[in-house]
Amino acid sequence: MADKELDQGKRRFLVAATSVVGGIASVATAVPLVASMLPSERAKAAGAPVEADISRLAPGEMTRVEWRGKPVWIVRRTKEMLESVTRNDEKVADPKSQRKKELTPEYARNELRSIKPEYLVVVGICTHLGCSPVDKLKAQPEPFESDWKGGFYCPCHGSLFDLAGRVYKNKPAPDNLEVPPHKYLADTRILIGEDTKEA
Amino acid sequence: MAATEKQPVTGAGPFNGLLTWVDQRFPLVSLWRDHLAEYYAPKNFNFWYYFGSLALLVLVIQIVTGIFLTMHYKPDAAQAFASVEYIMRDVPGGWLIRYMHSTGSSAFFIVVYLHMFRGLMYGSHRKPRELIWIIGMLIYLSLMAEAFFGYLLPWGQLSYWAAQVIVNLFEAIPVIGPDLALWIRGDYVVSDATLNRFFAFHVIAIPLALLGLVAAHIMALHEVGSLNPDGVEIKKTKDPKTGHPVDGIPFHPYYTVKDTLGVVVFLIGFSVIMFFMPEFGGYFLEYNNFIPADPLKTPSHIAPVWYFTPYYSILRATTGDFMWVLAAALIGYSALLMWTVRSAVARIAVAAVGIVLLAGFFTIEPKVWGVMLMGAAALIFFGLPWLDQSPVKSIRYKGWLVKGALALFVVAFLILGYLGTLPVTEGRTLMAQIFTLVYFAFFLLMPWYTRMDKTRPEPSRVTWQGAH
Repeated sequence: MADKELDQGKRRFLVAATSVVGGIASVATAVPLVASMLPSERAKAAGAPVEADISRLAPGEMTRVEWRGKPVWIVRRTKEMLESVTRNDEKVADPKSQRKKELTPEYARNELRSIKPEYLVVVGICTHLGCSPVDKLKAQPEPFESDWKGGFYCPCHGSLFDLAGRVYKNKPAPDNLEVPPHKYLADTRILIGEDTKEA
Repeated sequence: MAATEKQPVTGAGPFNGLLTWVDQRFPLVSLWRDHLAEYYAPKNFNFWYYFGSLALLVLVIQIVTGIFLTMHYKPDAAQAFASVEYIMRDVPGGWLIRYMHSTGSSAFFIVVYLHMFRGLMYGSHRKPRELIWIIGMLIYLSLMAEAFFGYLLPWGQLSYWAAQVIVNLFEAIPVIGPDLALWIRGDYVVSDATLNRFFAFHVIAIPLALLGLVAAHIMALHEVGSLNPDGVEIKKTKDPKTGHPVDGIPFHPYYTVKDTLGVVVFLIGFSVIMFFMPEFGGYFLEYNNFIPADPLKTPSHIAPVWYFTPYYSILRATTGDFMWVLAAALIGYSALLMWTVRSAVARIAVAAVGIVLLAGFFTIEPKVWGVMLMGAAALIFFGLPWLDQSPVKSIRYKGWLVKGALALFVVAFLILGYLGTLPVTEGRTLMAQIFTLVYFAFFLLMPWYTRMDKTRPEPSRVTWQGAH
């Protein structure tokens, strides 16, 4: 052994080959470990649509239902509330919901962001970092906005949304509140999580 | 073979035989000598040098109390909150163990922040201790991860919404963000799956990493030797007879005894908080966290625990209008860099990076930049060994420019931290924006002001009182 000339080329080749094969094996082993952290089949299956009964919702009030673990708000807007939305266009960042179209289904991509003007259906999760904004439906001076027309205030980072879930300009949240896919099963029953394309 | 070459252990009385047996099979004596009995530390360590050993003590407290908490805690969304209450009410001494752990987490950050401040003051990050600093920063980041994962476990309202906000930070990363957040949560919202994996990270993954990093931190320190309040290298002046630094004293018994005093004083303060004010006015244990997690309702005011609030303030400060200020600051900084660097290639690189960032400021939404700034605020510490160009290490020999900058930085850090605990108003956002600029200016302008600073010459040997 010792008196034999050392074959450096062969040694380099063997070291490189062992490293490459070992490296591939390590990465391959990591794949199932990393994949195990993705949502499980059970978590994926839990996203079924939910039905909301709005027959007892009075004008000017809101109700919450849980869909996929998230709060969905249904607000029955009065005439004054709807007027405040139409007069609020220059205060909001994206009045026609054109910025991120996936957040607003086509049938709600209007000024009032709803199928029926009276009812607003939105996911109550701020598009900034996922807090749930607080409802401040009454038009009255608020510490965060002296000329408040009613809407939602996010306590985490101060984003404001109007009564159509549209985000105010120059606030941390970049987008309007998400309108979930939904459809009316009857006048007083809404199915959240499923829609027919034409609604 | 080594068994016959080593000297027998002496001085341990009846244990000489046993220790000799061990030493011939394990580097017992050399470890003892290299790290304690013959590790020469500068003789002029002052008050600020307590916090390294105290950090080690708190690490031990957290690991030991954590082990006992896991014996009763249930990492299950349906049971977690109740199991913590069970520990508090029904487990014998459970309340004490839990308060030791919760007080320990805040104590850990207090001690570590003071330890880092010591480093900033006396130049512990400077050559040849860059790696000690970098490993220390990795410890700091691991500690933040550990605290974040642990905070979800009680499954209170703030646990839940803090996790929701922090995981959503990752969603802001362009392209991969949404999938990354989904992967971290393991569900479409923070849920049982999230709680279960955060438990795994909190009790095993991060603690293992922490222990390894702490060992590396100490090994790197003992390789180059400790610095001291004068910022001079004691290894430069050695006793010709013994070969030991003349300004050094053996760590054991001198500093083990000194640190024991520190431990006693620290534990008195720790006990006062633990027994009489474990919630510490809502700063150590937040009141809203005594309400079980409710995925449908965010508490009217949420704030992270105090040790994260400086970064949280920076995140909140980044609004649409602030992007204009950032753009102006970026243009100014690029001009300063262009004016300073000589080579044409470097100038083109600066201009290119500047233009790309500037374009990004106005095409990518401010939310993403808030997250980036927040991350940069924590990561920028890594650059400190190279940003600091002062000819002297210790603040004792630096001029008013650097002293002022450090003081301003500490003020900015504290004010940002305080603002981060409060709800936002316009005035507070403006304050946070101003101090965000101060925070970054401290680091980014350091290469210039440390060079301009009027320093005094360092002594060749350590002094007793400092030169003030």
